[in-house]
Parts: sequence; C-alpha cells; structure tokens
Amino acid sequence: MEAADRELMCSGHVGCPGCGATIAMRFFLKALGEKAVMVLPACCWSVIAGPFPQSSIKIPVIHAAFETGGATATGVRAALDMRGDTETTVVTWAGDGGTFDIGFQALSGAVERNEDFIYVCYDNEAYMNTGIQRSSSTPYGAWTTTTTGSDWKKLRKKNIVEALVAHRIPYAATANIAFPEDLMRKVKKAKAVKGSRFIHVFASCPTGWRIPSEMSVKIARMAVQTNIFPLYEVEDGVRYTINYKPREYLVREYFKLQGRFRHLSDADLDAIQEMVDEDWHLLLRKAGERA
Amino acid sequence: MKRVVEGSQAVAEAVRLAKVQVISAYPITPQTHIVEILADYVSQGRMKARFLRVESEHSCMAALIGAQSMGVRTFTATSSQGLALMHELLHWASGARLPIVMAEVNRALAPGWNIWSDQSDSLSQRDTGWMQFYCEDSQEVLDTTLFAYRLAETVYLPAMVVLDAFFLSHTYEPVDIPSQEDVDRFLPPYEPAFQLDTKHPYALSPLVTPNAYMEMRHEMSAAMEDVLGLYDGLEEEMFRAFGRRYGMVEAIECRDARVVFVTSGTVTSTARIFLKKLRERGEKVGVLKVKLFRPFPTEEVRRALAGVPKVVVVDRNCSFGLGGIFAQEIRAALCNVPGERRVYGYIAGLGGRDITEELLEEIYGEVTEGKGPERENIWKGLQEVSHGGR
Ligand SMILES: Cc1ncc(C[n+]2csc(CCOP(=O)(O)OP(=O)(O)O)c2C)c(N)n1
Ligand code: SF4
Ligand SMILES: [Mg+2]
Repeated sequence: MEAADRELMCSGHVGCPGCGATIAMRFFLKALGEKAVMVLPACCWSVIAGPFPQSSIKIPVIHAAFETGGATATGVRAALDMRGDTETTVVTWAGDGGTFDIGFQALSGAVERNEDFIYVCYDNEAYMNTGIQRSSSTPYGAWTTTTTGSDWKKLRKKNIVEALVAHRIPYAATANIAFPEDLMRKVKKAKAVKGSRFIHVFASCPTGWRIPSEMSVKIARMAVQTNIFPLYEVEDGVRYTINYKPREYLVREYFKLQGRFRHLSDADLDAIQEMVDEDWHLLLRKAGERA
Repeated sequence: MKRVVEGSQAVAEAVRLAKVQVISAYPITPQTHIVEILADYVSQGRMKARFLRVESEHSCMAALIGAQSMGVRTFTATSSQGLALMHELLHWASGARLPIVMAEVNRALAPGWNIWSDQSDSLSQRDTGWMQFYCEDSQEVLDTTLFAYRLAETVYLPAMVVLDAFFLSHTYEPVDIPSQEDVDRFLPPYEPAFQLDTKHPYALSPLVTPNAYMEMRHEMSAAMEDVLGLYDGLEEEMFRAFGRRYGMVEAIECRDARVVFVTSGTVTSTARIFLKKLRERGEKVGVLKVKLFRPFPTEEVRRALAGVPKVVVVDRNCSFGLGGIFAQEIRAALCNVPGERRVYGYIAGLGGRDITEELLEEIYGEVTEGKGPERENIWKGLQEVSHGGR
C-alpha cells in the first residue's frame, strides 16, 4: 500500500483545531507503517491520543513518564530483541519540553548508547499540555504564561539538533508539518537506518502561539521560508544536507502574524533577524555551502 | 549444591536461575557486586539476556517498564539514593501491573553520606504498590528472589527483595544453590497475560478519567490482598522444589512470651541468639520476624502476638514525627484487637550502627523493669551530643 493511503491515526482525536502536533503524527505514521511500537511520554499527545479505553493511534503505544522517552524505548528495544523481533521499529514521540528539558538526560544516554530507535520531537516551542509555559525550546522574543509582560523570553532557543549531532548519531533531521513529502521521506530514510535516529518536527500550536487555526500550516511553512527553522539532515554527525534554501520572508513577517510576539518592537525584530541570519550562516558553513 | 557466596552473589545466582531476559542497572554502593556479577554472566553467555547500562536509576526503571511491557522477565538492583531517584517510576511499574523484581540493598539516605545499613530507603517506598520482602540471610535472599518472580507473575505486581547493606550484601555464607531443573519446576518461563504486540495494537497506561481510575486502583489493592491468600500455597511449592520455606512472619517462642521482640532483616539473627540465652535463664521472651512488609500480614501478626502483654519493635529506620515504621504497622495491626498490651517502638542501628545482643538485653531490661518505660518511642544507643554554641 502507498504511504499516502495508509491511515494509522483515527478521527476523533482530541487535538485543538489546527493543531500542528496532530498533523505531524498523521504524516509520521503514514510513512512509518504499522510494524512499530511507540513510547509516548507526557505531552499534549498524551491527551490527543484519547482517554482509556480509546486510542487514536493504530500502533501499540506505551504512555510513559515525562522524562523517560529515551529510557523506556531502550527497554522496549531490548525486549523485542530478546523476543527475536528485529523488524519492529521502536519510536519515541515527545514534545519539546520532554526532549530539550526534562527528558534530555535520558535521550542523551540513549543516543550515546546508540540505541536502535527513532526519536521524534514535535516542537511547539513551549509546555502546551500544562498551559503554555516556557521551555528551553521557546524562541527569543516569545510570550508564554511564565514569560509575561516585559519578561518575555530573552534567551535563545536551544539548538537541539546540534546537541544530538554532537553525539555523532547516525541520522538527525529537521522536518515541518508544512512539508509533508519531505517529512515522510525523512521518516522512511530514518526507518532504514540502524542505531539512534532523531527527527525534530516543527509543529505549530494555534492555542499557544495565539494564531488562528487556519494559519497553522502557513505559519509553519514561513518558519522554514524565513530560515528560522531550516530543513536539513545530518548523517553520522558530520554530513550536512540542507533541503530547502531560498529565503522568501523576513523574520518580522513571520513574527507579526503571531500573538505571542505582539509586544516586540522594531528594534527587537531587527535583533532577532540578526540572530537568525547568524544561525543560518553557521549552518551553511557546516554544510560547506555559500549563502 | 552448597557454596560459600556473598549475599550479592546469592541474588545474582537467583537472577541467573530465573532466566531473566532484560537486566538494567546503575551503580551504587552497596548494590554494585550484584550487577557486576550479572554483567559478567551476560557477557560470558552464562545468561541469555540483555544488560542495559543506562545513565541513571530513573532511566533504569523506565527501561524495565518498557521491556516488561513487551512481555519479558526483567531485573534490577539498587540502594538508597538510587531507589529514591526511581520513586516516580515505582508507581508507573505497579500501576501498569508489571511484575518487575528488584533487589534493594538497604542503605541510609544522605545527608550525611552514609553507605551503611538502614531501612529508610525501602520503607520510604511503602506506598508505591510494590511487594516488599525483608530477608535475614543469603539463603533466604536467593530463595526469596525466585519466590518473588513466581508471586509477582501470579498477581501482576512488582516486588522488592530487601537485604541489609554489608551485613548481607557483602557477607559470605554457605548457600544452597538449587539446580536449574528444580528452579524451572518452581518458576516456569514468563507467560504474560498481556503484552504489547503490533498485531493487536492497544495503548498501555493512557489517560484515565475519574470514571475508571478508581476501579484500576481497587484492582491493585485487591491483587495485594490476593498475595496474602496465595503466599502459603506458593511457599509450599517452593518447599517441594528446594526444601525450604520461611512464612510471611516467623513466630519464635511467642506462645507463652511476656515480651516479644519484633524484628526484620539481619537483626533477627542477633535476636535469635539473644532469645536462646534469655530462655535458658527462664525469661519468657519471644521473637517475631516480619518478612513480608507489603502486603502487610495483619492476621499473622495478630495471631503471633495474641495475649502478649509487651511488644518491642526494633526499627532500623525512622518516620520523623512519628517514630519507627515497623512499630507503626504493628500498632495498626493490633488496633481493634481486644486485650491489654503495650507496644514500644525502639529505634536503633541507623546508618549501619551495630544492633548487638547487649543492646537488645538493655531494651529487655527497660521494658521488664516495673511497668516499663513511659515513652512509646525510644531511641536506643544514642551518644551525648554537644550543640556547640546554640
Ligand atoms: C515529572 C513531571 N513533571 C511535570 C509534569 C507535567 N507535565 C505534563 S506534560 C508537560 C508539558 C509537556 O510539554 P512538551 O513536552 O513541550 O509537550 P506539549 O505539551 O507542549 O505538546 C508537563 C510540564 C509531568 N507529567 N511529569
Ligand atoms: S495546545 Fe497546541 S499542541 Fe496542544 S493540542 Fe492544542 S494546538 Fe495541539
Ligand atoms: Mg511543547
């Protein structure tokens, strides 16, 4: 069956309208197929998946403690190996909080051991499940419920892909809900690789970003088109490939559409543009490319 | 076959004989020997298992939860800080009804850093839904580890086999190591009632609303109660396989006793010697060893202590603000039982300090002199402390 026809997510999930995390899961599962077990640490998806006795995901799921994505998957893989099942893919599906922050130790441990699994972080740039609190993935300039008023976040977003790449894992990639073919290609590619694989999926959140639900995909696309969230892959921690290049928008056009950035001045936006340019040039250098 | 082995090795031999498939551990003194031996067994091919060298105890328990959910037998060992770090995951394991077995080497909690024997670590996990067995010697440790798998896999609850730091973990004793055939007869391969499977996908441990949560918890509680009903029958099977059984509690000369010492762990061995001497002097004293702590064997305790006017509970632990934890449990068990009695809680031996025969004699002297002590909770063996300048 063609991936595009295969539907491993049911309707009736309880994600908000326009939820990027929900779109991300749907495309991910299409490319992954049913021969997989998913570890799902606490995040919006713990709820989206539906309450007992329902499940909106048609593969086996172990709901897990918030910070255990890397560790629980380690055990699942070991048990499958002991059962002689080397075909089933083990996947962890976690939010940015569960990946960048509280689950980082377990993730780092798992990939240092080069555990044979795919770790997907869907990134909505805050703790959404608990009500939009800041995480280390929240970008510079953002309002959250714990960075309010003039205390908007004045620290940069952690570069999680580079942190994973520093572990020299076999495959790391970024993906975005607005680029489903690219996302599914990366999932299939990851599936064929052995060892630890990491996919960082940009997943807009209308509720937390203060954007209309119908703008969810457009804004996610603009994150790539501004170079804020470049699409790229890194193999064996060294071989960089940038998948999408032409810049189509300035950072301010992306920021102006979102309520979470409403308070920023022109000077703030100029400063952010500089940061984004700097990061982009760094990535180009790593990929051995020119602007 | 009898061999002289360390308590830690007794655990490891049981794990090998149980044909555990996934082991995960993170080093902490005094648990280390157990997992070093097992790592070696796995690398030599003496065990067909995966040994997961995780980066923390927290990840260790998470990994076992993942593995056991996929239907394999698992094991870990830890102590003190390591067990405390696992706390959240202990609830996950029992709530998911996973029969994981761990060896818990009783060690004090910091600060100050103290690697010696103390029960505060395991007793702090009292309410996590894990069975707890307190062992007296290395033979009991080996047998109980095998027994723990059998019981855990019958009721689908995890189990902690508890052994005193150094007094047991690092002490050499002759231990009868049963043959693989005998063990296989007592402990068949793990056939889980449920496991995750890509052919029949479902979700484990999902969001549960108030509509169903309470029933799930009630089933856990009922499973704990089932243990009390199953225990003797399963021990009978163990007796047939290995020729040994221990009981949830062991009442030693309690029948006519005027004073009974309630003990757990290695202190029981000291109490046995003390008891013998006192009995020779004609003193009517008994010892009640409590092995099973969760579920708590209320009926057995009541039966053993029926008509005993003075009960002394020796606790190598403390719940600050109330006293020894075994003492609390014994008092709770005796509540609503008709009859007059005094229950004295004695806290002794914290942080690995010796609990000697002399100390037990002193306690005996105190409780038999006149009406006995006024206080119900007494710290024993304290030295003078000067609080410079306060
Ligand atoms: C140890 C622990 N601390 C806190 C929580 C509460 N909690 C549950 S989900 C969550 C936020 C998840 O954020 P993220 O991983 O970014 O996923 P999102 O909800 O944004 O999709 C938090 C803080 C928890 N479940 N466990
Ligand atoms: S809060 Fe955001 S991430 Fe969570 S379900 Fe709603 S839209 Fe999706
Ligand atoms: Mg998030």
